[in-house]
Amino acid sequence: MTEAIRLALVVAAKDLRVELRSRTAIVSAVFFAALVLVIFNFARDPASVSAATLAPSILWITFTFAAMLTFNRAFALERENAALDGILLAPVSRSALFFGKYLGNLAFVGAVQAVTLPLFVLFFNVGLGRALPGLLLVTVLATAGFVAVGTVFSAMVVRTRFADLILPVLLLPFLVPPVIGAVQVTTRLLTGRPLSELAGWLRLLGVYDVIFLTLCALLFPAIMDE
Amino acid sequence: MIPTPAAAAATVRRGLAITLVALLGLAGVYVLAQVYTPTEVRQGLAQKIFYIHAPAAWAALMAFALVGIVSGLYLWLREPRLDLFAAASAEVGLAFSAVMLTTGPLWGKPVWGTWWTWDARLTLTLFLFFLFVGYLALRSALSEPAERARFSAVVGILGLVLVPFVHLSVYLFRTLHPAPVLLKPSAPSMPPVMLRTLLISIGVFTLLYIGFVTTRYGLAVLAEARRGPDGD
Amino acid sequence: MTAAAPPGTDDPPLRATGIERRFGAARVLAGVDLTVRPGELHLVVGPNGAGKTTLLRILAGLTRPTAGTVRVFGHGLGDRPEFRRELGLLSHQSLLYDDLTPLENLAFAARLYGTGSPPAAAADALAAVGLSHRGHDPVRRLSRGMIQRVAIARALLHRPRILLLDEPFTGLDAPSVVRILEMLAGQVAAGGALVLVSHTVTEVWPLATRVSVLVRGRWVIDEPRPADREAFMSRLFEALSD
Repeated sequence: MTEAIRLALVVAAKDLRVELRSRTAIVSAVFFAALVLVIFNFARDPASVSAATLAPSILWITFTFAAMLTFNRAFALERENAALDGILLAPVSRSALFFGKYLGNLAFVGAVQAVTLPLFVLFFNVGLGRALPGLLLVTVLATAGFVAVGTVFSAMVVRTRFADLILPVLLLPFLVPPVIGAVQVTTRLLTGRPLSELAGWLRLLGVYDVIFLTLCALLFPAIMDE
Repeated sequence: MIPTPAAAAATVRRGLAITLVALLGLAGVYVLAQVYTPTEVRQGLAQKIFYIHAPAAWAALMAFALVGIVSGLYLWLREPRLDLFAAASAEVGLAFSAVMLTTGPLWGKPVWGTWWTWDARLTLTLFLFFLFVGYLALRSALSEPAERARFSAVVGILGLVLVPFVHLSVYLFRTLHPAPVLLKPSAPSMPPVMLRTLLISIGVFTLLYIGFVTTRYGLAVLAEARRGPDGD
Repeated sequence: MTAAAPPGTDDPPLRATGIERRFGAARVLAGVDLTVRPGELHLVVGPNGAGKTTLLRILAGLTRPTAGTVRVFGHGLGDRPEFRRELGLLSHQSLLYDDLTPLENLAFAARLYGTGSPPAAAADALAAVGLSHRGHDPVRRLSRGMIQRVAIARALLHRPRILLLDEPFTGLDAPSVVRILEMLAGQVAAGGALVLVSHTVTEVWPLATRVSVLVRGRWVIDEPRPADREAFMSRLFEALSD
């Protein structure tokens, strides 16, 4: 168990190191998120819909779409020079590899979110105030599950010729429960409602995370098992 | 193991026979619904489409559940025929969910006053449709059979687990935003004679599903068997 | 000299029995047996599409055989994943990350294998192939020959007793080929068990202890390496033209 955790961290650290070396993906993802925020601001009639009304939806569409763009990177970088074979050849359990890729993706998505959130506050003039801890909590809960599914799907679609097209087709349905829950919770948090009112949604998000993270860890070895 | 071409051809013939019986049954359902079932007072003739719509939704849901369950069995047993069955079930399920998605608005417009409503059940079948499309899109993008089988099995299982989550979150979403009374989508309580027609139609659609899947599965097995064990 | 088998066993380093592999209805391997003992280099040749790479991937535990077993020192990799440590792989692909430096690549591999001090292991491995001076350049800035040397360092870093080679000479210049041959001679002399698959017999012929020819998933020739290469070549062409 501790060995699996060590190996997962080794894989995640390697992925982040590769990313920091080129920085292409993280920079692109951050700019993508910023551009989506800007476009959303103009994709409404300012006379009838206030920015504040749409803000939670905009935040979550931006978070999830930017995240989705980054998933294929994790396994695409293993394809050059058949580097994935180098990992599979070593005494590394397939579950440890999954958690390594998952943690790498989570760090990556978290970094994009950390940049997007201040931009969101700035562009949409949102007063976070006391909502910030709750918002961080719902962000973690809504992100943890679908990143697991995205990790599994990206491991498969990078083997096809249309990876960037097939990933969204497969993954978007899986974004529905997290996005619905996260937008509901965010809306109420931004209007100053207490977190305790939102326990139902938070529980739904938590159950989604536990079930899909477990299922993905169990199914991932079948993907690597050539 | 893939059976002989002769055995696969027999499966296809069996599937076609079942399909034929089911199509006769479908004609029977048509007559039953038009002639022997009273017209619903408030909804008028449009309500009759319900006898196609609901059974198609049932068949699509059944197809999807079987894709998920058989996918799990495939990952356990690694029997190629299970994969071919799951693929057949997904294709047939896609057809049924398309029927469901076209008859829904045709019924909804006169009855609910709108082509589309985000009713939890309607939304669920829309997502079944999307999941079938994703499953089949991934299959078509992969060429190596064992890899295609493993990958699509993973999608089949995850999709099946997703369905209750989508249903629950859409349901909660709607509860928080009550729909106008006009758009009340819940099934009306039904007089026994209508229920009888509905249940018969569900039986016919189940048979139709079995016929389609058997035929499609038999054809897939036949294609594999013809390729021969040394695959030239 | 011959390295001793693990105490208490006389299991060969690598033994494959009845290996079969289907891809859908296509049967790529149709019952292949292979045993490699310490100090042996088993040369596997065959035309493209004969199943050589699939066989090597099965031996490496990267692909699952449809039927048959692979035993590493008597153990299956499924039950005893730690025996993966005994395997090294050198192929025409480097298994390296282009954005990382050779030292980072090697330290990553060392961490996967859980060697004592990954940075020290990486530095040693790189010094052994004479590339210490380029340790901090990203791999993408190295020449083809240098990348090959780093790939060799990666394959040998965890001191495997079994070395699998998949077309290692593809795309290499003459000095790089000589370097690999020297490395192979060193491994054979140290008692390693080697399997090399290639579509040609040329470079490695003198080092081979056994030669097998794979055609349509079966051995058509499988014998100790004969002394007369010309005679073997004519038999090879005969086998291939059947």
